[in-house]
Amino acid sequence: MSEVVFPEDFRYTKTHEWIKVTGKTGRVGLTHYAQDHLGEIVFVELPGVGQVLKQGDVFGVVESVKAVSDCYSPAAGKVTRVNDKVTDSPELVNQDPHGEGWLYEMELEGDGGVGNLMDAEAYDKFQAEAGTEH
Amino acid sequence: MTHSPYLPNTDADRKAMLAEMGLGSMEDLFADIPAEVRFKGSMKLPPALSEPELVRHMKELAGMNADAGSWVVFLGGGSYDHFIPSVVGHVVGRSEFYTAYTPYQPEVSQGVLQSIYEYQTLICRLTDMEVSNASMYDGASAMAEAALIACAATRRARIVVPMTVHPEYRETVRTYARGPAIEIVEVPYDSKTGQADLGALEKTVDDATAAVLLAHPNFFGCLENPDEVSRIAHDKGALFVVAVDPISLGLLKPPGAYGADIALGEGQPLGNPMSFGGPYLGFLATSEKLVRRMPGRIAGATVDLDGDRGFVLTLQTREQHIRREKATSNICSNEALNALAAAVYLTTMGKEGLVEVARLCLEKTAYARDQIWKVPGYSVPFSAPVFKEFAVRGPGSLKEVNARLAGRKMLVGPGLGTAYPELNGCFLVATTEKRTKAEIDGLAAGLGGRA
Amino acid sequence: MSGRGYVYKREPLVFELSRPGRKAYSLPSLDVPERPMGDLIPENQRRSTPANLPEVSEVDVTRHFTRLSQRNHGVDIGFYPLGSCTMKYNPKVDEAVAQYDGFASVHPYTPEELVQGALRLMFEMQGYLCEIGGFDAVTLQPAAGAHGEFTGLSIIRAYLRDKGQGRRNKVIIPDSAHGTNPATAILAGGETVEVKSDARGGVDLESLQAVVGEDTMCLMLTNPNTLGLFDENIHKAAGIVHEAGGLLYYDGANVNAIMGYARPGDAGFDVCHFNLHKTFATPHGGGGPGSGPVGVKKELADFLPVPIVRKQGDRYYLDYSVPKTIGRVKEFFGNFGVVVKAYAYIRSMGPDGLKRVSEDAVLNANFLMHRLKKDYYLMYDRICKHEFVASGLWQKERHGVKTLDIAKRLLDYGVHAPTVYFPLIVPEALMVEPTETESRETLEMFAEIMAKIAREAETSPEVVLQAPKTTFVRRLDEARAARQTDLAYREAQETE
Repeated sequence: MSEVVFPEDFRYTKTHEWIKVTGKTGRVGLTHYAQDHLGEIVFVELPGVGQVLKQGDVFGVVESVKAVSDCYSPAAGKVTRVNDKVTDSPELVNQDPHGEGWLYEMELEGDGGVGNLMDAEAYDKFQAEAGTEH
Repeated sequence: MTHSPYLPNTDADRKAMLAEMGLGSMEDLFADIPAEVRFKGSMKLPPALSEPELVRHMKELAGMNADAGSWVVFLGGGSYDHFIPSVVGHVVGRSEFYTAYTPYQPEVSQGVLQSIYEYQTLICRLTDMEVSNASMYDGASAMAEAALIACAATRRARIVVPMTVHPEYRETVRTYARGPAIEIVEVPYDSKTGQADLGALEKTVDDATAAVLLAHPNFFGCLENPDEVSRIAHDKGALFVVAVDPISLGLLKPPGAYGADIALGEGQPLGNPMSFGGPYLGFLATSEKLVRRMPGRIAGATVDLDGDRGFVLTLQTREQHIRREKATSNICSNEALNALAAAVYLTTMGKEGLVEVARLCLEKTAYARDQIWKVPGYSVPFSAPVFKEFAVRGPGSLKEVNARLAGRKMLVGPGLGTAYPELNGCFLVATTEKRTKAEIDGLAAGLGGRA
Repeated sequence: MSGRGYVYKREPLVFELSRPGRKAYSLPSLDVPERPMGDLIPENQRRSTPANLPEVSEVDVTRHFTRLSQRNHGVDIGFYPLGSCTMKYNPKVDEAVAQYDGFASVHPYTPEELVQGALRLMFEMQGYLCEIGGFDAVTLQPAAGAHGEFTGLSIIRAYLRDKGQGRRNKVIIPDSAHGTNPATAILAGGETVEVKSDARGGVDLESLQAVVGEDTMCLMLTNPNTLGLFDENIHKAAGIVHEAGGLLYYDGANVNAIMGYARPGDAGFDVCHFNLHKTFATPHGGGGPGSGPVGVKKELADFLPVPIVRKQGDRYYLDYSVPKTIGRVKEFFGNFGVVVKAYAYIRSMGPDGLKRVSEDAVLNANFLMHRLKKDYYLMYDRICKHEFVASGLWQKERHGVKTLDIAKRLLDYGVHAPTVYFPLIVPEALMVEPTETESRETLEMFAEIMAKIAREAETSPEVVLQAPKTTFVRRLDEARAARQTDLAYREAQETE
């Protein structure tokens, strides 16, 4: 786990989603920690394009063989694009959670609430602590 | 009771085991049950019977029932006296199957898992649907679960069902619909044909309708117009759910061919004894896109570490033991052994045998209908084509009719008056491949009052 | 096919055995005048091609399914300590009597006067379950435990509505509960509220007190719970919920531990389901059929599903006029064939025998727990009832061997694994239920195997990590099964 680098330009939630903001657009995915915890991901349910989400809304689910997890939108806004590739190959979320395994893009409402999320350093610390408790 | 053949521990064993744990008596093991809830005294149950006494007692009880071994059963209405090939009983009687539990350890459960996979495949081929689960409790609960799938898939909460669907199925659907507050709207039938009233159906199905439920053949034995009902449902974005008699699919167009989204039915006719109403099995098959909303267990093929084919329970995240309150259903135990019987039956009958059974049912039913029609005082109220049972209007109550037949040890029914007051005096007659011409002629003669 | 070894390694699918023209059936020829198909079924209603069912001989059918049966573990083969499933021995006489024509070949719509034996059996069974559980009325209609839960909760909901308490919709469920409990609560129109377990594994009374209120529909409690522990505060928990105006639902999955010692009805529970396929020795059938009768106190009897079997004079009949019935939960009268077996079992045991069943079930579980505790972590080290939950936590932390690996290694030794990773509140859970039908020697053998595996985990963990090796297949790729779903055989695969 130690060699995992959480990208500097992402912001992170306590529920282990990330968002990368470019202009008014935010791209959303699950963190390395989340995918590692779930194990082999077999199914991803994405939101619909056009769906309006508030920060913290459930936008979909990810399933591994023996676990299901709700996923929460890190920001408020409207879904503009979803990554169909992960629907067909859910393993992308395991293989490249911060890159190819992204889930959807949204047009942010204002800053979407991104300002209150953790930065990479804070999240790294947060997930390291979460990882040790059982 | 001196001893039980099923309790191997001797008193010496018990004493030694307690001693090893440092306990003085059996009482110490129950010390955690507080005095407030402790049962004192002895349960008022009859004293233990030895095996010979038990056999005698059970024979006595069994002997008080009119069974299809000594009576000629023309009874229908959802349970049928079909022939069960001997090989079916042989397979389901193997205790490697019947003393197993749900295949949670796939490496030592390949027998059950492969048989479920084969069952699922057989059901898909029979119904022309894409996905089948491993079985539901029965046809009625399968229909109720199908209604719930439809509501979840369409995010609507209104179900339309014609009154030609088995009254007990409709009652079951209503019970299941109460929790999630689903509205159930019943549509009348055409009193001439005995089919769902399509005009009324078309008017009732609206944009808020999650599904139309149909039975084909219906409770009266009549064939419906599934193509038309399918269109009516789909025009409004509702799902089309159809309950079918699996034997009829030897001849009738399968649900997949008329666009059903969910096909289900009572699997009893497939190698399961009537057993006074259960255990049977509900089969449930859907289109591929509904697979993640499917209730209950599903087996799937995969490979093991060496790359050899094997089978596992799959898509388990739908189920209660993982998803708990978000599960697609609460079902856990299903009807695996009955599904195995169905799989063995369908394999035994095979491609041609099923067609032949269906043909025998169809022809004998047509003959019986013609013969009864000729008996003075009896008529056939509905004009629609029938498959293996049909409604008859008699000169008196069902009780009187069966009394007339008692001397011949024949039975017809059920009566239709309880669920359909306007059909008071009507009853069903089912004619499976087991009924002979002589029996049918005897039935007609008996109904006519001839000795 | 070159010989036994090959046959055993891979049993073909029955579809792969199919050859055109082969038949396993024989049927009489048509003895009534044949009518043209067109007269009987309209052309557009007919199937264009027959369903693609297998074409095999009866020899093929028999051998295929016999071989499949041999690729399976069952109670008749060996020890099956699957916790919470009560895999006890299924008496052969019960199987035999259920096959009698007078039970198996009876149509459900046979007139009542011609099924007096069947109705009497059901009537007596309703009474036996009332007596065993301390209830006033019983329905035999539910087909399984979860179906019984649904029936019971539907009854509670209808009762509360009738009392003008329809807004009560919260179902309180301990964190140790079986997954069917929360799933049922939702199905019956409720909402779930989780309540924590206390340090001794029972319901935490303070937490319970904190969650009850005007919206409480009921508490759903399994007792002994899924940890195999009798909740010592059950009467206090019952008092708290009743005080708040809620009802009490008893998940009777574990009644096997308490027959003759405690009755849910006496402890204040209003509704309870029984699992005939656990407590009353009917076989599990590879996943079913079960039977899940529900008992209720008399205040709730008017809400039972219809019909109920009643007796008037010497005559038994089906009563459909239950005034406030919830309706039906299935067609006909329940899994009668299963009820017959359970009835026979109760008759063969008698009241003292059933009490002895619970005693031996509890004795066996405690003895086994005692033997295992030096090698395996026990989160709750106290007298258990019919089962206990051990843990592979030591093996995981010290040797990197997980509970799943231990379970798989057990298969190599010819015994079925316990239930694993359940209940959720015990890490690396190994839930062991030996049942009363196992001898002391079997328990000792299992304890030895478990001790051996604990040593293997220490000295040669790879043996455990790679298990099983002696089974027909090795560990299966469950992720692949879920990603590339293959749920029905398609001929095209053959040519891959």
